[in-house]
Amino acid sequence: MLAPEPVRRRDGRTSLALAGAAILVAGLGLAGWAFTTDVVVTFVRMVLLAAGILLAITGLGRLFRGLLGRKVDVVFWLGMAWLVLVLGAALCAPLLPLGNHDDSVAGLTEPIFARPDLGSSHPFGTNNYGLDVLSRAVYGARTSILVALLAVLIGTVVGGLVGMVSGFVRGTTDRVVGILSNALLAVPPLILLIALGSVLEPSVRSIAFALSLLTIPSMVRLARANTITVAEREFVLAARALGAGRVRLLRREVLPNVVLPVLSLAVVMISVLVVAEASLSFLGIGIEQPEPTWGNMIAEGQSGVMEKHPFIVVVPGVCLFLTVFSFNLLGEKAQKRWDPRSAKL
Amino acid sequence: MAGSGTAHLRPGQPRALAVDDLVVEFPVRRGTVHAVSGLNLDLLPGETLGILGESGCGKSSAGRAIMQLPPPTGGSVRLGEVELTGMKAQPMRKARSRMQLVLQDPVSALNPRRKVKDLVVEGLEIWGWGDRDRATFVDSLLSSVGLDPEAVRDRRPHELSGGQCQRVCIARSIALEPDVLICDEPVSSLDVSVQAQILNLLEKARERLGLSMVFIAHDVAVVKNISDRVMVMYLGKTCEVLPSADLENAALHPYTRLLLASVPSEADADREAEPTTAVEMPSPLDPPSGCRFRTRCVLATDRCAAEEPLLREMNPGQFVACHHV
Amino acid sequence: MMTPSDGPLLVVDDLHTVFHTPRGEVRAVDGVSFQVAAGETLGLVGESGSGKSVLGRTVMGLIATGPATTVSGQVLLDGRDVHALKPGQRRQLWGPEIGMVFQDPMTSLNPVKRVGTHLTETLRRHLHCSRKEATERAVDLLNQVGIPEPVRRLTQYPHELSGGMRQRVVIATALACDPRLLIADEPTTALDVTVQKQILDLLASLVSERTMAMILISHDLGAVAGRTDRVQVMYAGRTVEAGPTRTVFDSPDHPYTDALLASIPQLSDQPHTVLRTIEGNPPDMTRPPRGCRFGPRCGRADDTCTDLMPALVAVPDGPARQVACHHPLLSIESLEPNAPLTEAGHGR
Repeated sequence: MLAPEPVRRRDGRTSLALAGAAILVAGLGLAGWAFTTDVVVTFVRMVLLAAGILLAITGLGRLFRGLLGRKVDVVFWLGMAWLVLVLGAALCAPLLPLGNHDDSVAGLTEPIFARPDLGSSHPFGTNNYGLDVLSRAVYGARTSILVALLAVLIGTVVGGLVGMVSGFVRGTTDRVVGILSNALLAVPPLILLIALGSVLEPSVRSIAFALSLLTIPSMVRLARANTITVAEREFVLAARALGAGRVRLLRREVLPNVVLPVLSLAVVMISVLVVAEASLSFLGIGIEQPEPTWGNMIAEGQSGVMEKHPFIVVVPGVCLFLTVFSFNLLGEKAQKRWDPRSAKL
Repeated sequence: MAGSGTAHLRPGQPRALAVDDLVVEFPVRRGTVHAVSGLNLDLLPGETLGILGESGCGKSSAGRAIMQLPPPTGGSVRLGEVELTGMKAQPMRKARSRMQLVLQDPVSALNPRRKVKDLVVEGLEIWGWGDRDRATFVDSLLSSVGLDPEAVRDRRPHELSGGQCQRVCIARSIALEPDVLICDEPVSSLDVSVQAQILNLLEKARERLGLSMVFIAHDVAVVKNISDRVMVMYLGKTCEVLPSADLENAALHPYTRLLLASVPSEADADREAEPTTAVEMPSPLDPPSGCRFRTRCVLATDRCAAEEPLLREMNPGQFVACHHV
Repeated sequence: MMTPSDGPLLVVDDLHTVFHTPRGEVRAVDGVSFQVAAGETLGLVGESGSGKSVLGRTVMGLIATGPATTVSGQVLLDGRDVHALKPGQRRQLWGPEIGMVFQDPMTSLNPVKRVGTHLTETLRRHLHCSRKEATERAVDLLNQVGIPEPVRRLTQYPHELSGGMRQRVVIATALACDPRLLIADEPTTALDVTVQKQILDLLASLVSERTMAMILISHDLGAVAGRTDRVQVMYAGRTVEAGPTRTVFDSPDHPYTDALLASIPQLSDQPHTVLRTIEGNPPDMTRPPRGCRFGPRCGRADDTCTDLMPALVAVPDGPARQVACHHPLLSIESLEPNAPLTEAGHGR
């Protein structure tokens, strides 16, 4: 039958919206107070902050449900808003009125470890070279996301094509591809990356290449599995009966039906690779200072800096967390829509 | 037989399709599935041959093997004067385009991501347009199968009903003006009223294009309606070949009679319902020796186990593979 | 087949099942009424989308009502309103009161449970038999449904059986607790031709043996024709015609029934007989026509049919005949030459 969707009654919507707004304000107030106050110890502040944020999200959900009359996935849309913000800022970074992000000579004239002050010229403070943390976070997003996107692009194209061909041709090709991708999966990723990092130049291009090796085996598997299912469907048989050759079958019949599940995995992969890139930079085998990435910005908090100046780690850490979280939400949504089988796993 | 035999073939006449000793076997973990074991058939130009049988009788495997999808384990398939078996892939694709296939489930036979106007001309995209104008050809093709071009041209398969999808499939198959159309249960997934529309459409297309047709189905009345000649299959072998006009009254093979007696009808109301004992179908992994129908046959004797019956002409045009009729 | 008894066992009165979907309300069952007496078989026929299966499920109480689905009207089993029962009480109906047989025997049986387990579990839950008694009864049930070597079958798994054998197991499970009503939803559709009739015969003989009531839901008019006492023809969620099976099939009153019967190829017809067809498609159930639901496809339709929904009324065409049509094909009138439906061609 048709999948029925609940229809909400109209009465009570206004009160729902009002209650939502009240909860939202209360939540924001609580979070704001917890963030700025120093009346209570840090741990309690963190708990209150988290509680305030959760409260605000609940309130926002009620508010939208009251206003629009249907359920809105608030967390998802907040995530998307964050992604738009980060991607937009990363894309337009050179055009934005940001501070100095990598010129440590010019940084000599600036205060070091300036505390975040939203009203000042360094809203998120400065680091030990006097470089602006906000500007570094934005340029860091540029590098981190660029590396992840590039790696996913390489991995999706190469892995997708190899998987599709091996799933369609089967036989010896399939067995060889199977052995190779299993071999790649058998090498611990971190060791593979460290090994590659010591051989390759630490540039965006080579890091992206190294990270793409992580995505290829799972891409091959997904594309292959989907190709095998699609190739058994009757419309492929029908196209064969019309006389379609292999290339045409792959391009016209298989590819359009495999590309969506592969893309949905690619979105999830972006978040994995953002983390992987950050780990590499944190370990010092990724992009090198002073060029910022979220990973090497977090690494600046090593050897006691974090205890004295927590914002040095908190700013890139929060950026990393929210970005990965949002890409995961997006990937999950995409898989539910385009690849229901793997979404259930 | 369920047996073999070539008595029903008509080698003296021009034939659109001739299938000799077709064998289809699939290896599985526990042995070999004998889907089709030595099928012979021929098709005169403009003739419709109905292949009647239950699931597992090998009728669909036979249809696909004739299409060389995949090529059969053994035997020969001649389309007009061209021998398809053993041909190289490229020339075979070209030669095979004179034979087209219509499948059972019209919705899954159409690529869900493409539009009707692209789906119907897929064959021409592959083999070339000649001097046809694309837009007018698509429209005339859609109209010829009773679809309104305006309404369906830009739709995707899931936006159409099952009957409309089957019309698109038929349009796609006849776009290349083939000589032979193989229909594999084309109406069995459709509603009764839609089934009648599609049967009429196939009949009209056959007359208009001078098609020869192989019509594979399990519904006795449907097969009789559309065919000139009916071939009854059981477990990969032929039981009986007869003119379809004689199907109801003159069929002789015990299995054909069983099929006819199994058609539920109003007359059942006059008969007390007798509970019957379930019968077990023999496995196609290990088909019975001799006549394959003997395990379910009321006439079976020792001879049926020892000796495989061959098709014999019992009446003009009627061939039966049974020792006891 | 029919055994007279006091009062109907099942009374369905003005039943509506409405699904609220994002595209709008779908009135899958739109005001259907019928009665079934013990020992009687009612056939519900219609094409896909006619609402016959939803009707069957609603009668069983299998449709969960909630914000997305509303059910109104009454289903009285032996005077008790099925939809007024608590879920726990309703579950008590399934087995001892109502038995069910669905289309696909493979999905009705749990693939990891043995045949015997399916039967004995039901017996022990509802009839509280001992393990030994339950096994004995299970063997007896398998015998009744014509399964050879019942003792060996008890230890087999569903996938080891053929389709027809599995459907017999499903029937045995449905009969385990001696239900008084059996609802069979397309019980033969997934089966081979030679097995279909065996299953229909089996159901019919069980019904008469046990004086059960049966509702046989099917799209196969042949199956319904031979093995039901009364038939109810459904189109787009409504009953278009009801009456004794034989008279309905011999002289249909509703143009839809008539056209549907004429579109089935008959064995007695010569090859290449052009079949009568019903032009057009069934209505979009989110936007059904205002008047008669069949009106847009009907050759007899006029302005009355476009504006006014016909009610199901008794017609003098025979005993217990009912039809919902402004211009029924009553036998006197159907002798006239100008009573045909749309012939093959453009009917609209």
